[in-house]
Amino acid sequence: MIGKALKKYWPLFVLPTFAAFIIGFVWPFIWGIYLSFCQFTTVKKVTFVGLSNYRQIFSDSTFGHAFWLTVLFAFLSSILINLLAFVVALVLTKGIRGTNVFRTIFFMPNLIGGIVLGYIWQTILNGLLSAWGQPLLALSAKNGFIGMLVLLCWQQIGYMMIIYIAGLNNVSPDLLEAAAIDGCTQMQTLFRIKIPMTMPSITICTFLTLTNGFKMFDQNLSLTGGEPAKATQLLALNIYDTFYARAGKQWKGIGQSKAVLFFLIVVVISLVQLRITSRKEVQA
Amino acid sequence: MKEQKKKGNRVLTILFAVISILWIYPIFIILFNSLKDTNSITTSDVFNLPGKGNFAGTANYVESVTGMNFLKSFWYSLVISVMSVLLILLCCSMAAWFIVRVNNWFTKLFYYLCIFSMVVPFQMVMFTLANTADRLKLNSPYSICVIYLGFGAGLAVFMFTGFCKSVPMDIEEAAMIDGCSPIGTYFRVLLPILKPTIISTAILEVMWVWNDYLLPTLVLDIKKYRTIPMAIQYFRGSYGTVDMGAMMASIMIDIIPIIILYLVCQKHIIEGVVAGAVKG
Repeated sequence: MIGKALKKYWPLFVLPTFAAFIIGFVWPFIWGIYLSFCQFTTVKKVTFVGLSNYRQIFSDSTFGHAFWLTVLFAFLSSILINLLAFVVALVLTKGIRGTNVFRTIFFMPNLIGGIVLGYIWQTILNGLLSAWGQPLLALSAKNGFIGMLVLLCWQQIGYMMIIYIAGLNNVSPDLLEAAAIDGCTQMQTLFRIKIPMTMPSITICTFLTLTNGFKMFDQNLSLTGGEPAKATQLLALNIYDTFYARAGKQWKGIGQSKAVLFFLIVVVISLVQLRITSRKEVQA
Repeated sequence: MKEQKKKGNRVLTILFAVISILWIYPIFIILFNSLKDTNSITTSDVFNLPGKGNFAGTANYVESVTGMNFLKSFWYSLVISVMSVLLILLCCSMAAWFIVRVNNWFTKLFYYLCIFSMVVPFQMVMFTLANTADRLKLNSPYSICVIYLGFGAGLAVFMFTGFCKSVPMDIEEAAMIDGCSPIGTYFRVLLPILKPTIISTAILEVMWVWNDYLLPTLVLDIKKYRTIPMAIQYFRGSYGTVDMGAMMASIMIDIIPIIILYLVCQKHIIEGVVAGAVKG
């Protein structure tokens, strides 16, 4: 009944969002796929070139480098963030004194935007590196990479911690009590009960950290800018760079086809990851 | 054994207190540096506290506000965030209710497209989106909210539909029988019930729009309008000597309102994150 009455009001309820969605997502997306098969410098000068853009991606060595670097970065950051966030969450669900204050503080960096985060850490890490007599961020690819890891951990541990705390608080006290009566050690409780019971949270957090790692752009741009010589350029920045920083009429088309490839990679990785971790979820 | 546990907890508290101080130390370093004389901020002594010789008071903040026109950036960021988030909340909650209650091929398609859009990286659409925005004159701080509604619809529609499904239809039907139009039902019945989800979604969207860099950079004319992230990147990314003092002050001006907002409505923010994650 309500559906029938509501249906007549579609211009008011659903049209604004749908129209904006077409303008802001659907149309640019479809057009983007089309343009990945074209050579163009502006939208008025478009020539269809077929698969040539995609072929040229593989002769562009910066793409391969950025791809493997991003894979490494996404996996490393995901493992580090999840591990540390889970440990912090375990401690903060023990009921120790100051839990609320700690939680507040750990979450705080998450509210700061990527660009600003990059400059905060650039200041600090360069200070540390120069004190230790090491090459600065923009001069050493290794230091730049580690810097990005540190930055992303600082930003995201708090967020994942919140999700893990919610997950751990959902573990039924009955189960824990039963385990204690049966004489489980703390380690056994952790691996046999707490971790399996928080698998949904682990699924979500791995998903979020992996996709965030893959899509990272702002932090990369401001912390290292891809220096030295594009050695710390992740995929998103590589695509941006191909679009807007290279001279030559072929680059925009190649950039767009890189973006399509990037999109496919992100989709495949998220699907595979969701498959793997959600298979491990259990019912109590 | 209880004694031992208590002792263990005390050790943990002390350990975490130390870690927590280290955790927010970076923010304090920026704060200290923003109070130093701009010429004395060098790479090697960022960790020194401002001393007698180089204490600059509020000079850097004045420079940031006047020299960089930072107040203007602040205004643009505020306008864009507030307008976009309000628009997203209103339109997407309406659309979500429609999707849940009108069950046909169109609403199903729309719903799945929304979920799909959440996975797509921005780089995929950045060029074409910026172009579309230019053509439709959606390239000023006062009209960019339409773009945000379009690109941000995915998450918001997803969260609202999740919640609308759990609202019992009886309440809405009772309102209709009592003579309420769908518009009345939406504003008088549904909105009040949706309030917690609205707050959660609002927080997630504000965090996104306020900190967003690439979308406004590509859509807005950088010579005319700069949001805070754009101003900081523009300022720092340009070559030549950078006024480090003003830079640090600008960062603080960006962070302080966020931290205040966070401390004031911390409970909602944390609940919002959990709600977003559970549904996501």
